[in-house]
Order: sequence, then C-alpha cells, then structure tokens
Amino acid sequence: MSTLDPVAVFRTEAAECLEAIEAGLLDLTHQLDNKDLVDAVFRGLHTLKGSGAMFGFEALAAFTHHCETAFDRVRKGEVSATSELVAAVLAAQDHMRALVDQPDADHGNIGHKLLAQLQAAVGGKEAAPAAVLVPAAVREAPAKKNSWRIRFSLPANSMANGTNPLGLLDELRDLGECTVRANTSAIPALDELTPTDLHISWDVTLTSEQDRSAIDDVFIFVLDDMELSVEEIDGPTAAVVAPADEKAAPAPVAAASAAPVPPAAVPEFRPVEAVPAKREAPAAVSQAKAAENVRVPAERLDELMDRVGELVIAQSRLSQLASASTDIALRSVSEEIERLSGELRDTMMVLRMVPVATLFSRFRRLVHDLARETGKVIELVTEGESTEVDKTVIERLADPLVHLVRNSIDHGLETPGDRLASGKVEAGTVTLSARQAGGEVIISIKDDGRGINRERVRAKAESSGLIQAGQPLSDSELLQLIFAPGFSTAAAITNLSGRGVGMDVVKKTVEALRGAIDIVSVPGQGSEVSLRIPLTLAIIDGLLVRVGSGRYVIPLSAVEECLELSLEEDLRSRGRSFISLRDSLVPFLRLRDLFRTGTKPDVHQKVVVISTGTERVGLVVDQIIGDHQTVIKSMSKLHNNVATFSGATILGDGSVALILDVGHLVAAGQQQEAQLRVAG
Amino acid sequence: MSASILTVDDSASIRLTTKVTLTNAGYRVTEAVNGAEGLATAKGSSFDLIVTDLNMPVMDGLTMIEELRKLPAQAGVPIIFLTTESDADLKARAKAAGATGWLTKPFDPESLVKIVKKVLGR
Repeated sequence: MSTLDPVAVFRTEAAECLEAIEAGLLDLTHQLDNKDLVDAVFRGLHTLKGSGAMFGFEALAAFTHHCETAFDRVRKGEVSATSELVAAVLAAQDHMRALVDQPDADHGNIGHKLLAQLQAAVGGKEAAPAAVLVPAAVREAPAKKNSWRIRFSLPANSMANGTNPLGLLDELRDLGECTVRANTSAIPALDELTPTDLHISWDVTLTSEQDRSAIDDVFIFVLDDMELSVEEIDGPTAAVVAPADEKAAPAPVAAASAAPVPPAAVPEFRPVEAVPAKREAPAAVSQAKAAENVRVPAERLDELMDRVGELVIAQSRLSQLASASTDIALRSVSEEIERLSGELRDTMMVLRMVPVATLFSRFRRLVHDLARETGKVIELVTEGESTEVDKTVIERLADPLVHLVRNSIDHGLETPGDRLASGKVEAGTVTLSARQAGGEVIISIKDDGRGINRERVRAKAESSGLIQAGQPLSDSELLQLIFAPGFSTAAAITNLSGRGVGMDVVKKTVEALRGAIDIVSVPGQGSEVSLRIPLTLAIIDGLLVRVGSGRYVIPLSAVEECLELSLEEDLRSRGRSFISLRDSLVPFLRLRDLFRTGTKPDVHQKVVVISTGTERVGLVVDQIIGDHQTVIKSMSKLHNNVATFSGATILGDGSVALILDVGHLVAAGQQQEAQLRVAG
Repeated sequence: MSASILTVDDSASIRLTTKVTLTNAGYRVTEAVNGAEGLATAKGSSFDLIVTDLNMPVMDGLTMIEELRKLPAQAGVPIIFLTTESDADLKARAKAAGATGWLTKPFDPESLVKIVKKVLGR
C-alpha cells in the first residue's frame, strides 16, 4: 500500500474520469436533454478538478474549472446542451488529457482558444478564474496577550450532528488560560426535555497569545448557525460579533445567566426538500462494481507473469529430476508442485484478461469525429464487448483497428447521397465485433459500404509491379494484395488515409501477435476484415522439435500435420523442395539447411506442415520431441532483426529453445516456391 | 484503541491520500466508493468519524448524510465532508443535512489530521 504513488493513482483515475466524460458527452450528442448524462459529465469534470488540484496538476484544475463552470450552467438549466457545446467540451477534454499527461509542457494558447469556444457555446461571459489553488497561509501567532470574554450557545441539534461542545471547550483551553462557566438556565422542565438536544450555553474567559481569528477557528464549523459573542476585556472597543449573528446582540455578562437561549435558526439554509432525490447512475459511468475490483498497474502483472513463468520452468526441471529419482517422497512433492504451478499459471492468465470493451469504447469518439470530417452518416455497432483478451494484445491491436475503421469509413462507406441512389439507407453501419473461438479471439470490422473494387486493386497491383499483367489470381489472393507495402486504392491520399500506418503495417502487427487477417468483400454490399488473434501472448502450446543438435518450438496452433519424409522422397525432392500432400504440392524448407547445422540428417526426417490460413509450408526437422507448454521470453534488442524466430523459451533442463516465427517461415516458403516456378 | 474512520470518496487517488494520511496519524480507516456503499458500511459497523465527498455517483454525499442522520445509531457521529471553494451552496446544504464540518479541497494532509483531531476531540 505504502509503495503506491498517489500521483500515479491519480493519473490512472484521471484517464478513467476523462473516458467517462467522453462517453457521457458522446451519449449526450444523441440525447441532448438527458439530465442524467449532463449530471454525469458535470460530476466527472468536478472530480477531475478537485483531484487535479490535490495532486499538483494546477493547470488542469484551473482549465477544468472553466469547463465545469460552463457545464454547470447546463446542469442548472440556464442554457441547454447543444451539439456545439458538446463538441467544445469534447475538444476541451482532449486538452485535459494532454494536461494530465504533460502537466508542465507549454500548451500555448490552446487552452484559451478552447475556453473561448466553450464560452461562445454557452453564451456566457469569461468565467471567473479558479480560486482553488492557493493553500491557506500559516498564521503567525502574535506575542501580545489578550483577554476575551466569550459567550456561546449552539443549536439544539448540534450534538446529533456530531458537534461535541466539550471538544470546543478543550480547544479553547488549548489557546490559553480559561475559566469556563456553564449556563444551564435554558434547560426546560423534565417533561418538556428532549434529552438529545443541547440546552446549555457557556461563558468562557480566555487569556491567550493568539489573536481573535484563533477563536473563530475553534467555532469554524458552527459559526454560521450559533450564537457567539467575543468581547475583548482589556481592549478599548468591545463586542465583536460573529458574522452570521445579527439578531442576537451580545448580552452583557452580568445578564448572561438570565438570557434565554435563542432557538436554533438556520435561515440561510435551503429547506432539506431541495436536496435532489437519489438518482440511478447512468450506465455509462456506473461505478457500482468498482468496489469489487482492485486496480493493479500492468507492469506489476507483467512482473508476476515473469515470476510465474520462471516457476513453471523451475517446476519442469524439478519434474525431470524427480522422474529420474526413485525417491517416492520427492516424486510426490514434485507432482504436487506441478499441479500447483499449473493452477497458478491458469489463474495468472485470467488476471491479464480484459474485456475488449475497453478497446471498442475508443472507437465511438473516432467514428464521431470521422462522421463530422467526411460528412457521412455513420452508425457504429459493437458486439461481443465482454470477450476477454490479454491486455498486451489489446494495446497492440489499438492502432491496427483504428486504421481498419478509418479505411471502412473512408474507402468503404459511400456518401449519404450515393447510398440513397443505390437503394441503401442513408446511414452506413460499421460493426466492430469480437468473439472467442478456441484459443483465439476473432475481432472483425464490417461495413455495409461499396465493397472492395477488384478491378482497381488489380490495376494498381499491375501498375506497381506487384503482379504481372493478366496473372491469374484467386479472389482471396487478389484481396490479399491490399496488404502489400505501399499499396493504396484511394485515388488520392485523403486526410484520413495515408497517416503512416498502411495495411502492410496492420498485417505485420497482427502477425507479430501470431494472428492472421481474413478479408471478405462483396461488391456493393460491404467488406469484413477479421483478425484472428491468440488469446494470450505469454504462454503458448508448442511442438518441440530437434534440428541438428538444437531444439526449437513451433506454435502448435499453426501445425496442421506431421509426416515422415522418406529417404526416397527426400532424394527425389532435392533441388525442388515440394512434397505431394494429398494431391497438392506443398513447398518445404529444410531447417537443417536454414540453420546451417552442419550435421548429418537423421534417417527418419519428419515434415511438420504449418499454415497461416490459406498458405501451407512444410518444415523438415530431424526429430519431433513432443508437445510442450511454452512460457515465451522475448529476445534481446540485439536479436530484434532475426525474423525467423519470434521469441525464446527455457526448457526443463535449463537450456534455451527458440520459437519459430510461423508467418515469416511460410512467407519464405512461398517465396522459394515462386522462385522455383519462375525458374521453371 | 485508536478511532476508526470511514472515508467515502469515488476518487481512488483522494481515497488513497486520505487513507495514508489517517493511517499514519494512527487511525483505523475503512473505505467506501460512493454514498450507497458508505451508508451500507456505516450501518454494519460503528465508526467514530465519517469523512465523505459530496459529488459521487450512485448516491451523493449529501443524500448519504441525510440518510445517516435518520438512523438513531448514527446520531452524534461526526461527519466531515470534502468540498471545493465553488461548493458554497452545497456546503450550506450539507450542513443542513447534518454534517459536522468540512474540509476544502485541495487539502494538505496536515489540515486533514487537524480537522479530524478537532472533530474527534483528539
């Protein structure tokens, strides 16, 4: 607990707060008169301001204060919410995010411009500057001694409200020398007495070095609704009256015992009924479940994951030793630990899973902005938001998805006019969906736009030399061309596309996650791009193989089948590396050659056929050792450029095995095949 | 035995600051994330002091104070609310609802402890 940095907690919380504000604002665009949403947004702004000021984010607090003031007018019904206002606050919200991320950076005049927009939107004057940032100055005590005669009575209900008169008297005693006299004359007769009410008032003579304000400080919480008179005994002028106390003139001390206690009057308070009734929190910002969750920084989970990974490795070494031992006790302990570490690993995996809702929610804003930018009417539908995926996967998918959604909207969807002309409804629909299938999650981006124009793709590919003119291609091969580097079907690079991320980058990112992309596109009806991504990156099921003297892991999800490469076939295939597999020729790579092992091949070599969706390639290995659950360790920066391997793992005996990068190997196999074809 | 304090705030960072401050000052701290939870927690246990935020989802601090004051067992339990300068109106309403005192945000740990001591009568 003590190691938690409140500033870090604040940043996390501010991010959530901003997300809630954004979600509220986006909902508000559709329902401008929804009071609950207005309240929710206001509350978000208010919290952000309050916490921001507490943790030293002063620029943020001051800026948010203005937004809050503007929004407060909406809340109070002085102005109504308009789409201009929502847009202005949305923009302001982005600025707040920047102020959270870089509180000290010079953000120039952005803040002023945004506030001006905001003011224009609510039609108000410049809001008063935030007066919340200056901590109270420490008071210096004057050395001079003063004497006061203090007389006070509290409202009858003050004890019930938690004010303890004895505490107040103690505080006065702390200020200096005190004589206290209780005035009990106002206590009613027994049959009229309400025992919980306070009927006693007090006379206190105080001699102190403190000044008058110290006395006010004692009564600070009750000053507004109590009777307090303070007279300076030796001073030239007497009778300083408490601010709210105009009705009750300070009674002379001699008459004090006879003075009736005035009834507790709280005229400046609104009646209790004015307090808003309990409200249901809007679903978008509901935090009702927050209490059941513990927020943990991602890097701590990664750390824990690392430890668990090491434990799994140590455990598998222990298993190996135990299985070679005859000590029954050792073997039973080893089995117990194997079970425990397995369970721990499973639990760990679940901890890292987060619902894709966190990813999808970002797109509401993107679609909102793109709709404004392009003038298209777009409806965003999200499905399967509760599907859970490893947090790291989600983070890495964010950019590719942004690109795909942009593409759908920019290239896929038609303008409202075009849509109506082709008999479609005016609003285009972009559907983001996620579902789990076995060890993979499938995330798809679907639009009901015009579909991919095959002729244009072909023309572009031919003109850029990707394919030869008239080269026969299957439909899926043709569509895959859009993933080629530098490929774009847009006639001109618009504002939306061409932002540095191309489809080739999308494909690379997905493949780095050991995933794959499928495209389906029907002309005139729309396109769907599906990303198939493994659920987690940390542990995979692998096939452990031996090539020469080294051991390697092939991700099991990519393995289609294993077969023996007979000596005869091996010899026959020399030079042209194909094997026939049920009437189709599959290119294969000899890993022994690839890794230059320099050893003699085993007599019974094996071929492991791996695939990435449609493409298949065989890998020739010396021996298949077996199924192996693998904790993936990333390789050092030095090995970043080694494309053949995607990572490394540590085996039970402590040695290292490299994990083969399936996507790269298949591409290499296909390339080899293509070369052989050209060579004839 | 040290006094036990219930803090009610929807902001995790403020809860953390409050908790660390009060724990270091020797108090026992229980947390709740909104008024509804605060109310339920207060009903199930007895606290020497409640510190609450006002603006919260589900149930705000104001409603929670009113509801607490309706419970005979909660009579006399001091309630301090956290407020910002701009909440003058809210402050009056919170006091009317039965709050004992307030602390203006942003606050420093020292002033929180000072006010807690003041209200608890040390």
